[in-house]
Amino acid sequence: MSTHHVLIPKVSTLVAVWAALIVLTGLTSAVSYLELGEWNIVVALLIALTKASLVAWVFMAVRHSTTLTRLFCVAGLAWLSILILLTYSDYHTRDWTYQAKPWSTNKAAGDSR
Amino acid sequence: MADALIHEAHEPDIEATHLRHHFATSAQQMDASMLGMWTFLITEVLFFGGMFAAYAVYRNMYPGAFASTSKFMDVILGGTNTAVLICSSLTMVLAVRAAQLSKRRDLILFTILTMIFGTAFLVIKAFEYHSKWVEHLIPGFDFQYDEPRYQHNAQILFFLYFCMTGMHALHMIVGLGLLTYLLVQSVRRVFNANYFAPVEMIGLYWHFVDVVWIFLFPLLYLIGHRR
Amino acid sequence: MATIAHGTPEIAAEEVNYLNVEHGWKSWLLTTDHKRIAFLYLISITAMFFVGGAMAVLFRINLLQPEGIFSAETYNRLFSMHGIVMVFFFLVPSIPATLANFLIPIMVGAKDLAFPRVNLLSWYLYIFGAIFTLYAVIRGGVDTGWTFYAPYSSTYSNSYVLSAAMGVFIAGFSSILTGLNFIVTVHKMRAPGMTWGRLPLFVWANYATGLIQVLGTPVLAITLLLLFFERVAHVGIFDPNIGGDPILFQHLFWFYSHPAVYIMILPGMGVISEIVACFSRKRVFGYNFVAFSSMGIAVLSFVVWGHHMFVTGEAMYTSVAFSFLSFMVAVPSAIKVFNWTATMYKGSVSFDTPMLYCFGFIGLFTIGGLTGLFLAALATDVATHGTYFIVAHFHYVMVGGMVMAFLGGLHFWWPKITGRLYPEAWAKFAALIIFIGFNLTFFPQFILGYLGMPRRYHAYPPEFQALNVLSTAGASILGIGYLIPMIYFVWSLKAGPKAGPNPWGATGLEWEIQSPPTTFNFDETPTVTKEAYDYGPVEEIVG
Repeated sequence: MSTHHVLIPKVSTLVAVWAALIVLTGLTSAVSYLELGEWNIVVALLIALTKASLVAWVFMAVRHSTTLTRLFCVAGLAWLSILILLTYSDYHTRDWTYQAKPWSTNKAAGDSR
Repeated sequence: MADALIHEAHEPDIEATHLRHHFATSAQQMDASMLGMWTFLITEVLFFGGMFAAYAVYRNMYPGAFASTSKFMDVILGGTNTAVLICSSLTMVLAVRAAQLSKRRDLILFTILTMIFGTAFLVIKAFEYHSKWVEHLIPGFDFQYDEPRYQHNAQILFFLYFCMTGMHALHMIVGLGLLTYLLVQSVRRVFNANYFAPVEMIGLYWHFVDVVWIFLFPLLYLIGHRR
Repeated sequence: MATIAHGTPEIAAEEVNYLNVEHGWKSWLLTTDHKRIAFLYLISITAMFFVGGAMAVLFRINLLQPEGIFSAETYNRLFSMHGIVMVFFFLVPSIPATLANFLIPIMVGAKDLAFPRVNLLSWYLYIFGAIFTLYAVIRGGVDTGWTFYAPYSSTYSNSYVLSAAMGVFIAGFSSILTGLNFIVTVHKMRAPGMTWGRLPLFVWANYATGLIQVLGTPVLAITLLLLFFERVAHVGIFDPNIGGDPILFQHLFWFYSHPAVYIMILPGMGVISEIVACFSRKRVFGYNFVAFSSMGIAVLSFVVWGHHMFVTGEAMYTSVAFSFLSFMVAVPSAIKVFNWTATMYKGSVSFDTPMLYCFGFIGLFTIGGLTGLFLAALATDVATHGTYFIVAHFHYVMVGGMVMAFLGGLHFWWPKITGRLYPEAWAKFAALIIFIGFNLTFFPQFILGYLGMPRRYHAYPPEFQALNVLSTAGASILGIGYLIPMIYFVWSLKAGPKAGPNPWGATGLEWEIQSPPTTFNFDETPTVTKEAYDYGPVEEIVG
């Protein structure tokens, strides 16, 4: 015989999270109709991140999980970031040019243009 | 942790039949199963991540083309689908809760509800895909785009749209299969407060699929319909 | 004092062990015993090794003549299939799926891995993937290189890209499941008293490998899937004609494939830690450093992939960042080499076969690793990319390193896995042949690369012929060297002297159980009280 200590969420908590998710969905849709330029994508991703965090924290019970589980979550997100950011850095910096200085400026010897 | 009950369960019979021989205790088995599922979900994050990386690169390369595709993305259907999945996540976590409390009837009810929501999502998706097919917006199958200057680059977005939502839909279908298994096992009285690891694991999977959609929705549907 | 392998005297009745407990093909093909699955893998990867090796024999024959013997088309298919088979179907699974599969549960004190059925599934996925790839081989292979670069692979190649890519895709899931199993096993299945700090370094190495497998392989999966769609439906994601970027393919491909080379080498490093401790009769110097360097390699391996793309169009500042990070990733590997060397210092070193392979590894891996630094430096990479310098570099780490570690581990644990001893004299002879053959094959390639001979070319300027002939000669010697252990290992299964539980006098839980082990490894779960590598003080050598 063994005992299992399980933390069981209250229904009201779960419904509250559900409501928050629905509201945030409406919010992100509404905001998308505003002209915010570069900030549209930022706001959209921040809201998405908030929604995802709610799902993970409450529905997926990360709030009651061990440190190991949380570490695994963080690791997954960190590696995803490495993939996207480091790949994107190539495209972002393709236009950055670098004009090297000539190694010598001795025009008489024909060293530089 | 004021909003949760601490629950202790003592049902040795069920426990013994489900304990696999290489585990010392059912607690160890449960721990291992959960860690295994989380590890699997990390692989899924990286799997979808490749597509998100491609999306990030191409969206920044062709912002005009990507924005121009927004008129073909039905925000109402996409938003509805998002709400449908959120509801399914609620019913899923309620199903897990029911298993933890040995409430077999609730478990069966919420599993069925989750499956209904999941199916609704797929039906709406099928409807969307069909309309894309009719409008010649499936790359590789006579793709035609009304703005010639964006013809090529928009094709890349549409491919990513189908690839990402298609992979997501595939995962939903697998999820429905898992839920069917869950339903059958629930009817057969397999799960109770002392043995509900599979329910929790499938719940994690289902929530993860929801999280992917939470990101897909704004990135694919809410790009630039302000114009 | 030499470490002598002891055969046991006649045993009246044969002990029940995992090999003889059940017979029949069902007991093997439906087994969930990690040791039997490891054995199935051993047979499979050995077969694939010889398939890949056969292709190498053929293209090295082609390289005897400057104008080539086969057509360019054929040559391209030979080296591509050699790469695909060797990387994905031999090197990636090698130690994890065989030695680690066998040993990790025992080393942590468990009865099996966390998910035995998933373990069996991973073997079936491997076989399924191998079938797809072998189909491609039989139908004539692919000519894209093992790297499948778009747009050649997606649009222009008319070879069997799809089946080869799908084979690799499926085998990737095999790899993911193996890694997942190891991670959960090490976290959750350790016996009482087996703290992280008491784990054999072999376990640390394979745990780190599992992390890489789990984090990297899914990106390869999606990349191959995108390639599949591009090739089948011409969707355009990598097609420059419509604005697609072939470099994106390379980013996604190398995001996995660079960490993959660490999947291929880390388990080998784990083996070396075990062997060097046993045959120096001394605990590994700097245990913590070696353990954390495995983790460091796993993490850093993911931020260096751009060094494969310095000359293919990657932005300069990004290249600089990748170059710097590539220098950093060499540090943990170097730390290990220093620690192994320090382990041997003032140890009681003996020269049994596993230790010979260990010496081979340390020397050859160091050369391979140092040449990797030449390649990490932007300026020298520009000159050597696409030449035989690269080919020599990765063969030094993969063949001089990993394959030697694999053979060393196979010899070290053979008595445990099979209950038999291999013939030591033949084994030493084979090790010597392999060492000579390997260096003769690949050292000339460093020179060829430095002189400018491009890789993946079926023909070359006549002034390179002498070095190519030397390399081919070395390859034939190397091939013979690999055949010899095949022969005596198989011979030993039937006719080798029976081994006792601990022929080497080594420490570790695997040496405290019978050889071969029983199905559930331990009669009772052990309680661990000793640190790893608990070799006593080295006796003073008098005289």
